[in-house]
Amino acid sequence: MPRALGLAVLFADAIGPESGGSPNADSTHTLWVIVLIIALIVLIGVEGLLLYTVIRFRARKHREAAQIHGNTRLEIGWTVGAGLIVVALTIVAFISLPDIQDPEKSGQSVSLAGAQVASVNPPKVPGGKQLRIDVNGQQYVWRYTYPDGTYSYTDMVVPAGQTVVLRIRGQDVDHSWWIPKLGGKFDAIPGYDNYTWFKANQVGAVYRGQCAELCGRNHANMLATVSVVSPPAFKRWLASKKAQINAANKDSAAAAPLLSPLPARPGR
Amino acid sequence: MTTTAIKDLARPQIVAHAVPRPRKAWLEWVTTVDHKKIGILYMVTAFVFFLVGGIEALLIRIQLGAPDNTFLTPEKYNQLFTMHGTTMIFLFVVPMMAGFGNYFVPLMIGARDMAFPRLNAFSYWLFLFGAIVLYVSLFFNPPEAGWTSYTPLSSSAYLPNSGVDAWIFMVHLTGLSSLLGAINFYVTIANMRAPGMGWGRLPLFVWTILTFAVLLILALPTIAAAVTMLLTDRHFGTHFYDPSQGGSPLLWQHLFWFFGHPEVYIMILPGFGIISEVLPVFSRKPIFGYKAIAAASVGIAFLSLLVWAHHMFATPLSTAVLAFFMLSSMIIAVPTGIKIFNWIATLWRGTLDFKTPLYFGVGFLAFFTLGGVSGVMLAIFPLDWQLTDTYFVVAHFHYVLVAGAVNAIFAGLYYWFPKMTGRMLSEGLGKLSFWLTFAGFNVTFLVQHSIGLEGMPRRIYEYADTGNLHVLNLISTVGAFILALGVLVTVVNVLRSLKRGAVAGPDPWKANTLEWFTTSPPPPNNFDAVPRVRSVEPMKDIRRAVRRATEERAGSEREPVKA
Repeated sequence: MPRALGLAVLFADAIGPESGGSPNADSTHTLWVIVLIIALIVLIGVEGLLLYTVIRFRARKHREAAQIHGNTRLEIGWTVGAGLIVVALTIVAFISLPDIQDPEKSGQSVSLAGAQVASVNPPKVPGGKQLRIDVNGQQYVWRYTYPDGTYSYTDMVVPAGQTVVLRIRGQDVDHSWWIPKLGGKFDAIPGYDNYTWFKANQVGAVYRGQCAELCGRNHANMLATVSVVSPPAFKRWLASKKAQINAANKDSAAAAPLLSPLPARPGR
Repeated sequence: MTTTAIKDLARPQIVAHAVPRPRKAWLEWVTTVDHKKIGILYMVTAFVFFLVGGIEALLIRIQLGAPDNTFLTPEKYNQLFTMHGTTMIFLFVVPMMAGFGNYFVPLMIGARDMAFPRLNAFSYWLFLFGAIVLYVSLFFNPPEAGWTSYTPLSSSAYLPNSGVDAWIFMVHLTGLSSLLGAINFYVTIANMRAPGMGWGRLPLFVWTILTFAVLLILALPTIAAAVTMLLTDRHFGTHFYDPSQGGSPLLWQHLFWFFGHPEVYIMILPGFGIISEVLPVFSRKPIFGYKAIAAASVGIAFLSLLVWAHHMFATPLSTAVLAFFMLSSMIIAVPTGIKIFNWIATLWRGTLDFKTPLYFGVGFLAFFTLGGVSGVMLAIFPLDWQLTDTYFVVAHFHYVLVAGAVNAIFAGLYYWFPKMTGRMLSEGLGKLSFWLTFAGFNVTFLVQHSIGLEGMPRRIYEYADTGNLHVLNLISTVGAFILALGVLVTVVNVLRSLKRGAVAGPDPWKANTLEWFTTSPPPPNNFDAVPRVRSVEPMKDIRRAVRRATEERAGSEREPVKA
């Protein structure tokens, strides 16, 4: 029996959702394995019973069909049985929920000046240390804004070992943030803030994902990556990014008088 | 004494005073108010759209057969999956079930027509015109926002062309059609049952059509309102769904799924009904737990109104809301499980006569169960965060709707074709069709679970060649063509059997319900005399009574000789 259980776990592992980047994805995977085993037991039981029935009770000569109209005890039995499975699944789901939903305590925090993000109902990180990144989905690119106002597109860079809390918003239409190895999807819906978190520990890892909610013709091309670097490297990257942005702003400001003034955008 | 009773029974209850001159065939079909002809119109139209939707699916599968494929442009791809989903749901499964209901509800309850025959014809023509409105958009701009048409993508800012408008009018027309049809079913079933047919003797298929009708009446007004608001947002300056003006895109999702989830059960419940009719006939046993099955249908219908937000687990919702919708969704597994076990118990200790309808019936049981199990997994919202909007979900709902609804429709087609046409379908071709669709279906959709788990979202026109995505998608594409071949075999079978099938007679299966009491096909008035119903299986009672009467007569004739 333990060997069979081990095999079942192995099988579930091979056909489970992606994981390995962040504790919430790992907890989701563990929950998946438990649920899949219960599901397979139910499925194999029902299919086996069905298969046995259709083979065993094929019409043959001299056999009469039993004229049974029902059996109240049996029917109550499988109603209660199905109910108990639902209860079991609910308990399993609620036991693993905190590990998936609630952020883990952050490691050594990178101090950043001017970190202020107003929020309605963000996940609470124990100890309070965290890196907040605003994720903004727009047709067909992801934009990330770091606490100091620095921003980047498509490639998110995060320091290893730190709990990252994402505030996810949609700029134009609905999008959905999804890096499978870092946990589940969270929709980016215009007018709403959505939150999730992850904590990647492996320096040098690059996790890939893409928009998971139909957002138009190039929905398939709205890719995202998360690169994990060491905390000092993250600081360096942030500073260089900031310098790049400042230089670009300066250039465009210098060039501005040469350009004809842009027409004012109507509305917003 | 018995002979006088039979004579009384056989006296016509309606007397014709004149025989109308027969009209030209096409004029007869266009002007008919006969529920049987309208039922056939529904079924033929719906089946044509099934084939059209199938071709759209094959084009999608060709595109996905190879990574970074350029067979379709992103625009065409989005249009195809939008048309595929919309067609299969609004123009195939729902009207197909309405077709079965139209043809068989009056026959099964011993009525001569639906309660409102003209309204019935009007329902069909509304459906056809709704379908035409959607398909005419092929010549302009087909919709491309998915069958769910989420705002803001479906708003005029992002899709200004007329495709979404065609979609909206299709929803309006087919919705009105279904609403009128549902009222008609309800009134017919409530008022026109044969003498003696109490609620406890109503055939289970009719029970499911009744719940189907009630669900339509409850769910359709919501989608009608939602698409009207979308229309005014698009053209008349309102901002119901526009976040920049205080509107809410989530409002659309709530309204859409408040209709959309009951819609799933609207599609599957009549299928449950067909299975509940087919299994007892071919296992030569009464249905196991009639009351539990009927009650489970009603229970599922009620619960289906309380689960809509499980389609929205990834949107910003509080944990309490997520937990509520997880629980309500999982509870549906209980009445569904009751049905599955009752159906297996119906087969248990029967004498299974493996005709084609039973093949499709057992196929339904085997693979609908798989779709049900993956549904429970999806209801667990922490898991759903990984699984939603991926091919895992695509696999799940195709198990429910193809292995479920389509298998049931094929079981119903093979079961009732003799009644509708007077001819039997070929058993050989039927079984070939079953094995091809069975193999093709599982090859197509079983691997899609893995495709989703590997991280491939749905509705993407191309994917990179990473992991096993290429080989899995290729398998799925091959399976789709096997499935299509299986469907084609049934099309050939139907066309061939219309002329050359064996003559069926009134009751080829020795079935249980009243539609088999009349000739095949039934006359325009269905029954000259409606028998009194004394159980759930009136035909079994009638056969028994006839046998007893013949034996008595044979006995009384023999007696004088003996004496």
